[in-house]
Amino acid sequence: MADYTLKLRRFDPESGKAAYWEDFGVDLPPERSVLDGILQARSRDDGSIAIRCSCQAAICGSCAVRINGKTALACNTKLGEAQDMARSRRGREEITVEPMGNFPVLKDLVVDMDAVHWKKVQRVVPWLLPEGDPPEREYIVPAEAMIDITQSMACIQCGACVGACLSLEADPEFIGPAALAKAYRFIGDPRDGQHEERLKDLAEDPHGLYDCTHCFACVEVCPKDVAPMNQIMRLRRMATSDYEIKDKNSGYGHEKAFVNLIEKYGTLHESQLLPRSYGQGSLIRSQVDPSSLKQLTASLPTVIGGLKSGKVSPVKALIHHKLPDQKQIRRIFHEIESEDERLELNLYIVGEEATEEEGAMAEGKGSET
Amino acid sequence: MPEHDVLVIGAGLAGQRAALAAAEEGASVGIISKVHPVRSHSNAAQGGINAALNPEDSWESHAFDTVKGSDYLGDQDAIEIMCREAPDELLHLEHIGVTFHRNEEGKMGTRAFGGASAARTYYVADITGQAILHVLYEQLMKHDEVHRYEEWFTTSLVQDDKGNVAGAITRNIRDGSMELFRAKAVILASGGNGQVYNPTTNALICTGDGIAMAYRLGAPLMDMEMVQYHPTTLQGNGLLITEGARGEGAHLYNANGERFMEKYAPNKMELASRDVVSRAEQTEINEGRGFPDGTVALDITVVPRKRIHEALREIVNVGRDFAGVDITTEPIHIKPGNHYVMGGVKTDTEGKTHIPGLYAAGEVACVSVHGGNRLGANSLLDTLIFGRRAGQDAAKRAHSIAQPAASETQLADEQAMIEGIIRRDKESGRRVSEVKAELGKIMDEHVAVFRDEAGLRVALEVVKELKEHAKNVYVDDKGTVFNQDVLGAIELQFMLENAEAIVISALERKESRGAQFRTDFPERNDEEWLKHITVATGGGGPELDYSEVTLTQWEPEERTY
Ligand SMILES: Cc1cc2nc3c(=O)[nH]c(=O)nc-3n(C[C@H](O)[C@H](O)[C@H](O)COP(=O)(O)OP(=O)(O)OC[C@H]3O[C@@H](n4cnc5c(N)ncnc54)[C@H](O)[C@@H]3O)c2cc1C
Ligand code: SF4
Ligand code: SF4
Ligand code: FES
Repeated sequence: MADYTLKLRRFDPESGKAAYWEDFGVDLPPERSVLDGILQARSRDDGSIAIRCSCQAAICGSCAVRINGKTALACNTKLGEAQDMARSRRGREEITVEPMGNFPVLKDLVVDMDAVHWKKVQRVVPWLLPEGDPPEREYIVPAEAMIDITQSMACIQCGACVGACLSLEADPEFIGPAALAKAYRFIGDPRDGQHEERLKDLAEDPHGLYDCTHCFACVEVCPKDVAPMNQIMRLRRMATSDYEIKDKNSGYGHEKAFVNLIEKYGTLHESQLLPRSYGQGSLIRSQVDPSSLKQLTASLPTVIGGLKSGKVSPVKALIHHKLPDQKQIRRIFHEIESEDERLELNLYIVGEEATEEEGAMAEGKGSET
Repeated sequence: MPEHDVLVIGAGLAGQRAALAAAEEGASVGIISKVHPVRSHSNAAQGGINAALNPEDSWESHAFDTVKGSDYLGDQDAIEIMCREAPDELLHLEHIGVTFHRNEEGKMGTRAFGGASAARTYYVADITGQAILHVLYEQLMKHDEVHRYEEWFTTSLVQDDKGNVAGAITRNIRDGSMELFRAKAVILASGGNGQVYNPTTNALICTGDGIAMAYRLGAPLMDMEMVQYHPTTLQGNGLLITEGARGEGAHLYNANGERFMEKYAPNKMELASRDVVSRAEQTEINEGRGFPDGTVALDITVVPRKRIHEALREIVNVGRDFAGVDITTEPIHIKPGNHYVMGGVKTDTEGKTHIPGLYAAGEVACVSVHGGNRLGANSLLDTLIFGRRAGQDAAKRAHSIAQPAASETQLADEQAMIEGIIRRDKESGRRVSEVKAELGKIMDEHVAVFRDEAGLRVALEVVKELKEHAKNVYVDDKGTVFNQDVLGAIELQFMLENAEAIVISALERKESRGAQFRTDFPERNDEEWLKHITVATGGGGPELDYSEVTLTQWEPEERTY
C-alpha cells in the first residue's frame, strides 16, 4: 500500500476525450509536499502528467492548483495536511488535485494564465509612472511606505487568488484580486505620479475597484500574505476619502451611505442603502439628481425580486430600529476621526511592530484568515 | 519564421536586462523563456545586491573584496567594470520602481553580507531577486517593442556557413510547434546548472541548457570546476537559508554547542567567504561534531524578533513550511549544498563569446568576475551589469551587419530528434528521472566541497556512462501540448554536458583554490595554477586549455578571514 493516494484530474486536449480522474499511489513522508507527490508519480508511473513547477519553494508561483477543492500551491501543501483535509472536508482518503477554477485548462493541471491572469495585470498599467525626471540619487521616500508596498511586491503572480475569487466567477471581466493588488503597488508608491488617474480609472471601470464582494477568498488562499482584498479596500478608501472620486458605479456613494447609516443607526438600514448609494451618500440627492434617480429605478426589479423571494422583508426594511447604545457607535466614529492619520489594517507589517505575544497572535490570525 | 536583430534566450535578470538594453539602442528584440519570465530562477535570490553606493564606501573596496573572494582567480578588469558601474545600475533599478529597503532618512539602506568589508548589500526584505525580476518584467510589459516568447524552449543554436550565429531552434511548449528564430546576434541568458547536483538550492529549470548549447557549438567553457556550495541549505530538499541571516547576526554551532567558526575565520566568523564557511561546516560534520542527520545548527534567534520579521520574512516561511521549525525561537539544521556555478561560457566584458554573434550573460556566462568563489549578492549584480553590456553590444552588432543566412535543415533535424525521442518504446532505455537521480547523487558525492583524484575519476566514468544512457531514454508523453516529458529528456543531455565539463576541469586543477578543494592537493599554487581552465568540444571530445587571469591592481595574497 502506498503512503498516499493522489487523485489527479487529467485532461489531454489532443485525445478528444473529456477530463477524467486518475489515482496515483505515492510513497513519501507526511512533511513532503503534494508537488513532491505529483513529481514522484510523474517519474515512477506516468511522465505525461503535466504541471508547471520550478522552485519547489513557493517562490516562482508556477504550481497553483486546487487541492481537495481548495486553491493552493502544490509545493507548500504538505501531503500529511492535505490528507487530513481530505478526511475532514470530504470524508475520503484520497487527496484530490485539479486545475484552478476561473481559468481555461490547457492540459492536466496546467491552465491558461495569459488569457485570464496576465491580461488583467496588463489592464492596470503595471509599471511605475513617475512625475518628471528621476533625481540624481534615489528617490527619498519614507521607510514605511516601501515596507507597505512590499506586501504587494511579495506577490508571486501565482493566480491562486484569481482562481478562488467569487466575484470573478460571477463576472469574468472583474479585474480581480492579483491585478488590483498590483495596482496598489503603484498607487501606494510615493514615487508614482499618477495616483489619482489610476484610481479614477479603476473606480470608473464597471469591473474594477467596486466589483469585489469582500468574500475573503483571496486573503485565505494567498501563499504570500499579500491579502489582495485589503489592498482593494485601501484603494477604495483612497478613491473615496483622499480623492473624492464620485464614480459612476456608485462605489463612492455606497461607501458614504454605508458609513453614514452606521453612524446614524448603528446597523445597516437596508431600504436607505440603495438610494443613498446612488445619491453619493445622501438620501435627498438620490431623489432629485436625475442620474441617481435613473439608477434607482433601474434597480427596482432587484428590489422587487428580493421582496418576492423573501430575502428582504418590507417591514424590517422600512422600519428601522436604532441600536440601544448608539452613543458607543458615535464614540468609535469620533475616536477614529480624531486620529491624524488613517488607521490601516496591515497584516503584513503587524508582526514587526507588535510586541512578542501580539505579534504571534497576529501571525496566527494571518495564516488562518 | 520569427526574425529579430537580437534574440535573447532566457528571461531572468540577465535576459530581461539585456533585452531592455538592446531595445533602448533601437534593436528589434525577441526574448525567449522556457517558463514565464517571472518564474525564472532569479526570483529565488533573497539576500540582496551589492554596490558601493554609500559615500563612505568605494568601488575599489568592493572590487578588492570580490578579487579576494574569488581567491584571485577573478579577472580584475571585469571586476573593476562591475564594481564601478554598480551604483548607477542600482539607481536605475530604483528609478524604475524596485522597492529597496529605506533607512530612517528615506534613503536606501544596507545589510552586511559575507566576505565584504562594508555593509553594501541593498535589499527588498528577503525577496530582492523577485522584486527586481518583477520590476524588470513591468518594464517589458511597458515596452511592447520587445517581443516575448513565453514558454518556448530553445533546443539548439544555429550558425551560418561562415560560423556566425544566425539564430536558434525553439519549441513552443504550448503546442509543440518548432520554429527557426533568425537573429543577427543571440544572447544566452539561460542561467545556471544546479540540477546537475542533488540536492541543490536551484530550481528544476536550472539545467545548464545554454552552457551545453554553446559548448556543442565549440565555445569554450571556463572555470567550470568552480561550483559553489552554499553554507546554509536544508538537509534533504536543499532549500536555501539566505546569507542575509548571518548578515543579520545569526551564529553557527556544531552538535557540541561550539561556535566553530572561531577556529576557521576568527575575524569574520560566520561572515567569511562562502567556500570558507562551507568547508568549515563540512569538516565539523566529517569529524563527527555534526548532528546525526549530517548537519550543523544555524541560530537565528539571536537576531531581534522585530528585525527577523522585517528583513527575513521569507526565511520564517521556509523554516515553517519546509523544515517545520520556527526560526524565531529555535535553531535550524543546515549543511553546505550546491548553489551556484562560477564557471560558464567564456565571455569578454562585452558579453562576447568565441563564436561571432553569440553573447552570454548572467549565470550561464563566465566573464570571470567570480573566479574561484562568488561573494553573496554579487551575482544579481553580475547578471544586470553584463546583461546590459551584452544587450548594448549585440544591438551595435545588429546595426552593422545584414541578417545572416540560417538554413532550415537544422530545424528539420531538431524536429526529427524530438520525434525520435517520443517514438521510443519502453524497452529502449531507462527513464529520464532515474538517470537524473544517479547523476545528481554521484556529483554530490564526489564533486562537492572536498574532492580528490580517485573520486573525480569515479564521477567521470559514471557521467560518461550516463551520457550513453541519456541517448535512449524513454518518455511516456507522446503528445505535442505541454509535453514536459520530452523536454526533460533534452535537458538531461544538457545536464550531462555540464557535468562532464565540471568533472574534467576539476580533475585538471591540481590545487585548492576557492570552491575547488582537492584533498590530494590541499594548497593554493599560484606558480602553476593562477590561470583559468577552459574546456571546449574539439573534433574528438572535450579539449582542455588555459587562459590568463587578468590582474590590474591587486597581487595575489594569502587569503584569511
Ligand atoms: C536560492 C538562491 C538564492 C540566491 N540569492 C542570491 C542573492 O541574494 N544575491 C545574488 O546576487 N545572487 C543570488 N543567487 C544567485 C542568482 O539568483 C542567480 O545567479 C541569478 O539570478 C541568475 O540569473 P540569470 O538571469 O543568469 O538566470 P535565471 O534567472 O536562472 O534565468 C534563466 C532563464 O533562462 C531561461 N531558459 C533556460 N534554459 C532555456 C531554454 N533551453 N530555452 C528557453 N529558455 C531557457 C529560463 O526560463 C529563465 O528565464 C541566488 C541563487 C539561488 C539559487
Ligand atoms: S475578497 Fe474580493 S477580490 Fe478577494 S476573492 Fe473575494 S471578491 Fe475576489
Ligand atoms: S496575491 Fe497572492 S494568491 Fe494572488 S497571485 Fe499574488 S501571490 Fe498569488
Ligand atoms: S514550484 Fe514554484 S511556487 Fe510551487
